[in-house]
Amino acid sequence: MEILNSILPELIRIVICAVCGAVIVFGNALVMGYAERKLAGHFMLRPGPMEVGFHGIIQLVVDGLKLMGKQLVVPAKADKPLFMLAPILAFAPVFIPLLVIPFSDKLQGFDLDVGLLLILAVASINVLAILIGGWGSNNKYSLFGAFRSVAQNVAYEIPMLISLLAIVFMTNTFSLREIAAAQSPVWFVILQPLAFLIYIVAMVAETNRAPFDLPEAESELTAGFHTEYSGMSFSLFVLGEYANMFIVCSIATVFFLGGDSGIPLPYFEYSGAIWFLAKVYALMFFLVWIRWTYPRTRFDQLMNFCWKYLIPFSLVNLLITVVMVKLI
Amino acid sequence: MNVDVLEDERHHRFVLNMGPQHPSTHGVLRVLLELEGEYAMSLQPVLGYGHRCHEKIAEYKPAKSFMPNTARMDYLGALIYNHGYAQLLEKATGIEAPQRAEYIRVITSELNRIQSHLLWYGAYLLDLGAFTPIMYSFDDREHILDILEDVTGSRLTYCYYRVGGVCRDIDDKFIAGTRQFIDRLRSRFPMYEDLVNGNVILQNRLNGIGDLTPQTCARYGVTGPLLRGTGVAYDMRRAEPYSVYPEFDFEIPTETKGDCMASFLVRFREMEQSLRIIEQALDRLPEGPIMAAKVPKKLKIPAGDYNSSVEAPRGELSYYLVADGSDTPYRLKVRTPSYSNLSVVSEQCAGMLLSDVVSAMGSLDLVIPEIDR
Repeated sequence: MEILNSILPELIRIVICAVCGAVIVFGNALVMGYAERKLAGHFMLRPGPMEVGFHGIIQLVVDGLKLMGKQLVVPAKADKPLFMLAPILAFAPVFIPLLVIPFSDKLQGFDLDVGLLLILAVASINVLAILIGGWGSNNKYSLFGAFRSVAQNVAYEIPMLISLLAIVFMTNTFSLREIAAAQSPVWFVILQPLAFLIYIVAMVAETNRAPFDLPEAESELTAGFHTEYSGMSFSLFVLGEYANMFIVCSIATVFFLGGDSGIPLPYFEYSGAIWFLAKVYALMFFLVWIRWTYPRTRFDQLMNFCWKYLIPFSLVNLLITVVMVKLI
Repeated sequence: MNVDVLEDERHHRFVLNMGPQHPSTHGVLRVLLELEGEYAMSLQPVLGYGHRCHEKIAEYKPAKSFMPNTARMDYLGALIYNHGYAQLLEKATGIEAPQRAEYIRVITSELNRIQSHLLWYGAYLLDLGAFTPIMYSFDDREHILDILEDVTGSRLTYCYYRVGGVCRDIDDKFIAGTRQFIDRLRSRFPMYEDLVNGNVILQNRLNGIGDLTPQTCARYGVTGPLLRGTGVAYDMRRAEPYSVYPEFDFEIPTETKGDCMASFLVRFREMEQSLRIIEQALDRLPEGPIMAAKVPKKLKIPAGDYNSSVEAPRGELSYYLVADGSDTPYRLKVRTPSYSNLSVVSEQCAGMLLSDVVSAMGSLDLVIPEIDR
């Protein structure tokens, strides 16, 4: 009984966290899926989904049902276990980072001392999923997409990590909650503008979105690594992509945009969470905006940009930060 | 897949079939690529998926009845193909189209050329991964289609010209609509230039890619904007003036570098020049009949060889007719620009990155039915 009493609150906490994580992942995919299609439509002088519900508001629900009803086609000579494993591997890890993201000072699953490390470690599993999916499909375009994805994600993780490290040096902690709290007078975007810029670029590349959507470059590789996927296995990749967008935007919010800080709303205890989500979705709007504006870069230009500009600049930025932290 | 086994020194190459169903081949074109990493070491276009024997059909029916088939060869430059064919038969039989008909032909042909370039603009940027511009260019293109639909009756595969004139006269609505469209497109050009042409990613993707020289173009018979991108101001409207083109004041845009950016800019500027031609033609539009007085129902073509060339949106289009004195051609040969332009890719794209192959092939502005005719 003693043990149960001590374990029970933790168990309840875990269950609540899992449920909330699922709600966030699926809710975010619905909201972003609809918002992206609607925004893309308006960027393109067309209305976007209009048929199902008021201004197509339940289009995504219907699409989800359709995808669930579709046949899962496994190509002949595909590596079936790997082929089926890849979407799961792309989708499953997205729940873990959500546990440590501080939506406000009170709304956080677990405040780990190594929160940032956990997120970065789990986020790189995505690359493995893409590689497995591309390899297992037995399709040349998929294979190219997978190769590109691995090279790109490995390269862009470095400047991303280094730009975040500058903040870690300033705050002396890996805990996301403390980093968010450390920005009470000024947001780090003002103190670390270069790191913010580098992070934003790396963030777009990490989520494989245009103009860095080379792994799924439609005009070159038809659909890249998910060429052969259909139905739910395809939608798991998409769900994973939207969840990853949410996670990288959350990290940007926590590290650079002051986390949940903002003018407290009256009569509402969790106004911090509202501010947090507002910042996250503002960044996501930015991602959608550039996706539907710019042409795609070329692969060698993308890699050159990372190795020749982003990594040196992020290292210089880190060095300056270290010296400044030491002096002050 | 009938892909040959590669010889020993090439065995490490990766054979990729781009097409016949691929988003950036714009139709049923198949390109056999041999890749080393992402570098395409050799390219081989494989044709014939959409062959409809148009030239053979021409030998089996009266020459006048072949007019609709010309529109099906290049569905984007249908009127210009009509123009070349009508001109061919007029040359062969000595019928002369009245002045008003020639003006109408020029106006509608130039509208057709702008329409083709607008579609290319959107589709090319789509190849380069920019999804939005195609909607803007289609928005503009839609106006041309509406204008032409009013006068010709169709939206894409027009059959508007006849031997000795055009089949319907244009009205005030057409003229007002065209003038309105000219103003509209002019006001849109700065937006295209700011948003797209000056974009740094686009510049990096196109500058220095797919270099062509005038010599290479001459060897392969490459014409049109690609040739003008290398600095040769060769345009059939000037080189061998036809119809009433000599009466108009317009420039032949050229660039010197011969890369994808050069042909991109040439095509973009050609739209402006076409607008100028249309404007002048509308100002000077003469009154009068639209058909020659005596066009016989059964058109006897005197025995002999005849040739007629016009400037299609993609380059020089020639019809070569051998007649034996009957009303049916003995042989009709069509020299379509895309066919010659495509043949240069094996040389132009060898050793390029896969992404650059897509941009280089997009800059050819291929229309596959014109190749497989």
